[in-house]
Amino acid sequence: GPLAERRLLAVRLGELPAWLATRQLSAQGLLGGARKAWSSYYNKYINVKRGGPAGISMLLAGYCLLSYAWSYQRLKCHRWRKYH
Amino acid sequence: VLHVTRPLHTTQQRLAPLPPLPEKGGEVRHGLIPEEFFQFLYPKTGVTGPYMLGTGLLLYLLSKEIYVINHETVAAACILSVIIYGIKKYGADVAAFADKLNEEKMAKALAVKTEAIKGLETAIEEEKKEQWRVEGRKYLFDAKRNNIAMLLETNYRERLLTVYNEVKKRLDYQVAMQNLKRQKEQDYMIQWVEKNVIQSITPQQQKESIAKCILDLKALSKTAQAAV
Repeated sequence: GPLAERRLLAVRLGELPAWLATRQLSAQGLLGGARKAWSSYYNKYINVKRGGPAGISMLLAGYCLLSYAWSYQRLKCHRWRKYH
Repeated sequence: VLHVTRPLHTTQQRLAPLPPLPEKGGEVRHGLIPEEFFQFLYPKTGVTGPYMLGTGLLLYLLSKEIYVINHETVAAACILSVIIYGIKKYGADVAAFADKLNEEKMAKALAVKTEAIKGLETAIEEEKKEQWRVEGRKYLFDAKRNNIAMLLETNYRERLLTVYNEVKKRLDYQVAMQNLKRQKEQDYMIQWVEKNVIQSITPQQQKESIAKCILDLKALSKTAQAAV
């Protein structure tokens, strides 16, 4: 379909800037986008009759990665090798 | 973390209740990577593609020390092994328990529904019976009408009897009055006649009558003695 109505995963890499231009980047637009993203994730992995560990384990893994990225500058000092 | 329920009634009007929850969630391999990723890489790299990608990425991160091995790595490894062991061993039991809770909830709701339906059906039966009973109201009203006619008749006859008795009493009174009057007149007349007769008897007549009576008695006594 047209570019403005496609979801993020259906946008090709070259069209990404054009797609971003069509999105509303106000606070309300961002908030709406975040809400939609969370609700689609929630309804796919958590809000089911017989879910498994996958729903929250993915969230925890993402949290681990994010916190590692945030504290990378500090962890750089604890490297073992001198030359990389 | 936002908590948002599914959007309700955003599309056309739905004629059925809310659709039920899906049975299983999206497919996730090893509990961490969604199946879509494997499917995405399958046409280009086959089955082992994502695993090679993962191994290469891991080695790159380790060798370039983008991921630094420190005490936290050991802690993470211990925690993860314990978690995985726990999930593998007790996962099925916990899932069965949760399913049982869900089943109980559903059974309760279903029981409420069946109870309501049964109650309504009995109500329908009773209503039909009442409608059948209504047809008998003709007989009921006939009986009532008969009763009322009986009452009226009885009342009328009672009053008729009362009237008759009252009239008879008045007539009896008049008759008694007339009888009394006649009787009084008779008595008075007899008395008056007697008085006058007694007055008219002179002493001379009295002597004569007494002498005659004595003579009669003597004659009678003679004949009587003869008869004995």
